[in-house]
Amino acid sequence: MGPRTAVEKVLGILALLAMLVGSWVGLVVVPADAAQGNVQRLMYVHVPAAWLAFLAFFIVFVMSVLYLIQREERWDRVAASSAEIGVVFTVVTLLLGMMWGKPTWGVFWTWDPRLTTTAILLAIYVGYLALRSFADDGEKRARWSAIVGVIGFANVPIVYMSVTWWRTLHQPPSSPRSVAPEILWTLMLNLGAFTLVYAYLMVRRVRLAKLEGELERRMAYNA
Amino acid sequence: MSVFHRAWAIVWKDLLIEARTKQSFNAMVFFAALVLFIFSFALGPDTELLQRVAGGLLWVGIAFTGLLSLSRTYQNEETSGGLEGLRAYPGDPRAIYLGKLLGNIVMLLLVEAVLFPAAGILFQANLWPYAGGLIAVAVLGTIGFSLVGTFYSALTVNLRAREVMLPLLLFPALVPVLLGAVNATTLILQGNLMGEAVMWLRVLGAFDIIFFVICIWIFPIALEE
Repeated sequence: MGPRTAVEKVLGILALLAMLVGSWVGLVVVPADAAQGNVQRLMYVHVPAAWLAFLAFFIVFVMSVLYLIQREERWDRVAASSAEIGVVFTVVTLLLGMMWGKPTWGVFWTWDPRLTTTAILLAIYVGYLALRSFADDGEKRARWSAIVGVIGFANVPIVYMSVTWWRTLHQPPSSPRSVAPEILWTLMLNLGAFTLVYAYLMVRRVRLAKLEGELERRMAYNA
Repeated sequence: MSVFHRAWAIVWKDLLIEARTKQSFNAMVFFAALVLFIFSFALGPDTELLQRVAGGLLWVGIAFTGLLSLSRTYQNEETSGGLEGLRAYPGDPRAIYLGKLLGNIVMLLLVEAVLFPAAGILFQANLWPYAGGLIAVAVLGTIGFSLVGTFYSALTVNLRAREVMLPLLLFPALVPVLLGAVNATTLILQGNLMGEAVMWLRVLGAFDIIFFVICIWIFPIALEE
């Protein structure tokens, strides 16, 4: 897809540096947690990955609504790119969560509401991507997947509520008051680093999507 | 003609075809009964165990059977460009959704009317005392299932590999319906001592209302050509 643009280069370097600093602070600078020991350090990657996954899917939702209103191809490209990256972050969240769950809860997996909802979230957006891969016509693919992007996101709170009533082990989410300040700012630092990674991946993926669209058009024209 | 007249015309046409051919109903009932049988084989002949999980087994059976009928929602229109014909009629395309939705609900409820008594016999449970509660769950659960199902089957009807895509899209979206229906059924069969089944019925009701609004709102976009 050609050489990196200036924006991509800057974002890439910033993301790499932020990840290095974030990992160094999280692994070395901040002291180990009093109760959980070193295992707690997983929080500095697990929580940012989860936040970014939700952010990515929220962006899919916003772009899907925009597409349905304006019918402009670029909203579809952003939505599709964000869904792909969101799925990657969701898988990372689940894997890191399992690594954290085994030493602290004694199991890799449990039917806790947030775990279950995250797994269902993954299923919804894997469905979204599968739908895209099965649709040939560009306009229909964009319209259909935008619809799934809207319905899928609207369903998340309902899924979460129903699963919460069904089962309730995950530690309550940490609030700024419940954690030591050094843990909080390490978390924020890593959240910033993950956001940069997301932004870098998005810029690259959206440009790739644009090129793919161009290719599709040319092939259709030549055929 | 109003939207409801046209929706009713579609329901009447589909049910009349079904009544004369019985192509879907018989297959669905046998399929549902087979699912229950296979579960009984998988879990062994322990009646107490089967009674405890009856709610879950029933609704997995209904979900699979429902999927079978959903994928045939537009089958009557498939030949001779019937769907394009429907689309070409003047007026609100929502009538198509309402008609197909109602048809799916009626078909699935008819299957359940056979399936519930059959489950009572297979699992040796007397369902009569709980009939009122079970009917409420069946109706609310079937409406929720059909709302999303009818919508997604319209979305996937022209798709390659739609047999794979429909369940892939549908089942994650149906988690609240399945949780609500399974839990309500199980609680009712246990006598609903704490009145908790009512809470699950409310979940089902809320899901039905929310998705009715969303699906009615978006359907014309899904059907565009």
